[in-house]
Amino acid sequence: MRFNLDKAMGIHETALYVRAKRSSVLSSNLANSDTPDYKARDIDFKNVLRNAAGMQTTGNLKKTNAKHIQPGGFDAKSAELLYRHPLQPSLDGNTVDAQVEKAKFAENAMQYQTTLSFLTGRIKGLNKALRGE
Amino acid sequence: MSLLSAFDVSGTALSAQSVRLNVTASNLANAETVSSNRETTYRARHPVFATALDMFRDKPESAGVRVKAIVESPAELRMRYEPEHPLSNEDGYIFLPNVNPIEEMANMISASRSYEYNVEAMNTTKQLMLATLRLGQ
Repeated sequence: MRFNLDKAMGIHETALYVRAKRSSVLSSNLANSDTPDYKARDIDFKNVLRNAAGMQTTGNLKKTNAKHIQPGGFDAKSAELLYRHPLQPSLDGNTVDAQVEKAKFAENAMQYQTTLSFLTGRIKGLNKALRGE
Repeated sequence: MSLLSAFDVSGTALSAQSVRLNVTASNLANAETVSSNRETTYRARHPVFATALDMFRDKPESAGVRVKAIVESPAELRMRYEPEHPLSNEDGYIFLPNVNPIEEMANMISASRSYEYNVEAMNTTKQLMLATLRLGQ
């Protein structure tokens, strides 16, 4: 069996990247909770990860022509930033609801740590396999 | 690394909110500063926040905040008839700032709450970064 270290971490690598990026987006929302005309943004994590997973499974397409190109790996950098629907629009045009953003931020932090523990599990598994314990 | 820029973003918010607190403190401190003419009277100041887009040009997901300007309130100054006051003008009037203490207190509470949750966000980010450094252990 050929072993590919790049793929050893599976989807969790992308997940961690997107989680970190989302934490940045959410902290931007919190930072701008008093900025006039600022529109709260977020990343649709589920959608981004579905795209990433889709790219991984179709990673090796059959080439029937020399000019065909393989689809590249999913670029998590292109994770689309979407605007949040305001629950309660404010007069100054700001759509940040600090409570909602705080909840999302905490949720995202939890999920980041979950992804980290998945990764730790993978690394420990690899270690075990390498040592032959 | 995205988490590092989250740190910077929260940092810009802390600095902007502390400017806001500072301005509020100035307003409250000068709420009763008397003057003898309209021009030299203290006027309530308010910071104007704007998104600092140029700070993270290569990172569209990060948007900090900065204080764009500090504007003086256009509200009418208070005039009081006090001929015995040493600073009264020839008609016997003194001028008082247009600071609204209730408005300032509300502003102060809002600023301190914003400061608090940005510190909290920074703390969480720090914990996440430390956990990432311990990855695999």
